[in-house]
Amino acid sequence: MLFAEFTDRTWLWAAAGLYFAGFAQGTFSLLRQGRPSGATTYALIAAGYALQLLGLGIRGRAVGGCPLGNTFEIFQFTAWSATTLYLVIGITFRNSLLGYFTSCLAAALTLSSLAIPAWDAARRSHIFGGNPWIELHAALALFSYGVFALLSLTSIMFLLRNYSLKSKHIGGWFSFLPSILDLDHIGVRLLGAGVSILAVSLAVGSVYWLRDTSTVNVAKLIITMSVWAAYALALGLRLRGILLSRRFAWACLGLFVAALLSLGPVDGSRHPRPATEPARVAQEMEALR
Amino acid sequence: MSQPALFVIGATHRQVPLAVREKLSLTAENAAALKQELKSVHGLKEFAVLNTCNRIEFYGLAASTEAIAQVSAAFCARQNFDPIQFEQIRISLHDQSAVQHLVEVSAGLDSQMLGETEIFGQVKEAYAAAQVLGSTGPVLNRVFQKGFQAAKHVRTHTAITEGQVSVANVAVELALNIFGSLAQTRILLLGAGEIGEKTAKAFQSRGAAALTVASRRFERAMELATALGASAMPFEQREARLAEFDVVVCATSAPDAVVTCAAAKAAMHKRPAKPLFFIDQALPRDVEPAVAEIQNVFLYNLDDLAKIAEENRVAREAEISKCRAIVAEKSEALWRQVAPQVEALRTCNRSDPETIAEIRGVSVRATTGGE
Repeated sequence: MLFAEFTDRTWLWAAAGLYFAGFAQGTFSLLRQGRPSGATTYALIAAGYALQLLGLGIRGRAVGGCPLGNTFEIFQFTAWSATTLYLVIGITFRNSLLGYFTSCLAAALTLSSLAIPAWDAARRSHIFGGNPWIELHAALALFSYGVFALLSLTSIMFLLRNYSLKSKHIGGWFSFLPSILDLDHIGVRLLGAGVSILAVSLAVGSVYWLRDTSTVNVAKLIITMSVWAAYALALGLRLRGILLSRRFAWACLGLFVAALLSLGPVDGSRHPRPATEPARVAQEMEALR
Repeated sequence: MSQPALFVIGATHRQVPLAVREKLSLTAENAAALKQELKSVHGLKEFAVLNTCNRIEFYGLAASTEAIAQVSAAFCARQNFDPIQFEQIRISLHDQSAVQHLVEVSAGLDSQMLGETEIFGQVKEAYAAAQVLGSTGPVLNRVFQKGFQAAKHVRTHTAITEGQVSVANVAVELALNIFGSLAQTRILLLGAGEIGEKTAKAFQSRGAAALTVASRRFERAMELATALGASAMPFEQREARLAEFDVVVCATSAPDAVVTCAAAKAAMHKRPAKPLFFIDQALPRDVEPAVAEIQNVFLYNLDDLAKIAEENRVAREAEISKCRAIVAEKSEALWRQVAPQVEALRTCNRSDPETIAEIRGVSVRATTGGE
C-alpha cells in the first residue's frame, strides 16, 4: 500500500531520519552552544512522530490490524509509544535533556529495526485470529513498553542528576537536567501508568486465554506475567518508601532491559505459529488483491 | 570648544573604591534635589541619573561641554565632594561610547558581579524616574529603550547570566536543582548571623514556602525571625524537628557539629522519599561530613558553594568577548539612529553664537561658584 507513491518503509525511514536529526541537532547544540535546543528537538520529534504514524498506519491498513507481526514492527511500535508520551510530557521538560534522550532512543529503535532486513523479512499474518480484543491486548502491552522505555530515560536522567548533585558538578550539561524531585515524581507516574496499561492488557488477554488455555504458550504467559509483576513490585516498594532514589532508578533501568530481552521469547512463543509469508506490506497488499 | 553631545559622566566600582563611593552615593532626598537643580542647567537638554551602590552615572544630551561641566559641578556641590578629585576619578564618555556604556551596564557587563541581572531593573527604574520628571526627550528615550532591547539580546543570546556567582544565590540554585520549585519548600536557618541571614533572604526572594530561625540565643532568633517575617524555634529542637524541613541552612559559630549524622538519618527515616538539603556555611562546620553519604541527602559546605560560584564566574568571563561584539554592533546601529538628532543640535548650536556666548557665560559662573 502506498501513500503519495511512497511505501510504508519509506515513510518510516523518513521518520527515523527526523528522529536522528533531532539527536544530531541536540548533540551539535550541546557541543557548540552548551545547551539543548528544546524547541527544535521537540519539533523534529513531532515531525518524525507524524511520519511514523503515517508509515505504521499504511502498514496497519495493509495487514488489516495493528502492525505487530514481527520484530521490526514491535520495535517501531515501541518507539512510537515512547514518542507519544514524550510529546505529552515533553512540553513540561522542553528545555531539558529529555527530548535529546528521547530522540536518541527513537532513532536507535527505528534505525536498527530498518537496518536489519531479517527483522522484517517475514511476518505472521492473522496473529490475532481476527479478534480485536487480542489486538487491543497486544497493542496495550507494547504501549506499556513504550512507557517503560520513557521511564528508563527519566531514570538515566535521575541518575545523572543525582551524580551531579552528590559529586558537586552542577554546571555544563548537568544544568539542563530537571530537578531530582521532578524526575522522581515523573518516574513514579510513568511507572504507575505503565503497570496500569500492562495490567489492562493482561486482563484483556486473560479473558481470551480463559476461553481456550491451549491458545497461549505457557512460557509467554509466565514471562509477561513476570514482567508485569516485577514492575508492580517496584511500584509497590516505591510507594511504601522502600525502593527509593538511586535504587529505584537502577531498578527501573534493569527492569526495562529485562522487559526488552523478554520480547524475543514472547514473540517466538506465539501460538499458534502460522507459516511465514512475504513481509513487505506492498507484497502483502498485492497478495490480498 | 563647545561641542554638544550625548554623554555619560560618573563614577563606578571600576574606578572608585568603596570608601569613595560612599561619599558619592546620593540619598533619596539629595537625588531628588539634584535632579530639580539639573533641570535648570542651561544647555542640558535631556538627562537621567543612575544611582546604585556601585555606580553614580549621569546620562544626558547637552548643548555644550559647559553644560556637562555644570552637571559635575552641581553633583560635587551637593555631595560636598572635591570637583578636582571627581574630575580625576570620573568616567566621561560621549556619543557612541556613551550608548555602548549604557548597553554594557544594562547587560551586567560592567557590574562588579559580572552578568548580574539586578542592574537591568535599576537602569529601568532610573529611566522611568527620568520620564516621570520629564527630563528625557527623543534622544534619551530612544537610547534607553533600544539600549534595553540590546541588553536583553545580549542576555538571551549568550551565557553571561547563566550560573549564580554569589554564594547565597548558588545555594538557592542548588535547591532548585533538587526541588524544582521552592513553593513547597520549608527552610530552617540555624544561626542568626549575617551570612545565614543573606542566604535566608535569597531563599525568601525566590518564593520559599516558609522560613524558621533557630539560634543558640532564642531572643536573637526571635529578633531575626520578626525582621524576616519568619517563625522562631528553640535551638534544642533542631534535630528532633529536622524532618519537617527541606532545606537546612547552617551558619552558627558553634565549635562542634550541630547536626549529627544520626539525626539526619532519623529525619530521613521519617521522610524517605523527600530529599533533604544541608547548606553548611559555618566554620568550623555545623554538619557532620558523613551526612553526605545518606541517600537522598545533599550536603554543601562553604568551599563547595564558593567553588561553584567561582566556576560560574569564570564561565561568564569566557562569554565577555562574545557579549562585547554584540554590544558594539548594537551600539553602532543605535548611535546611527540618534546621531542625526545630536548632529542637528550641533548644527543649530554653531549657527547661534548668542546661545554659545550665553552658555559659556553660565559655565564660567558655575565653575567660579564651584571653586
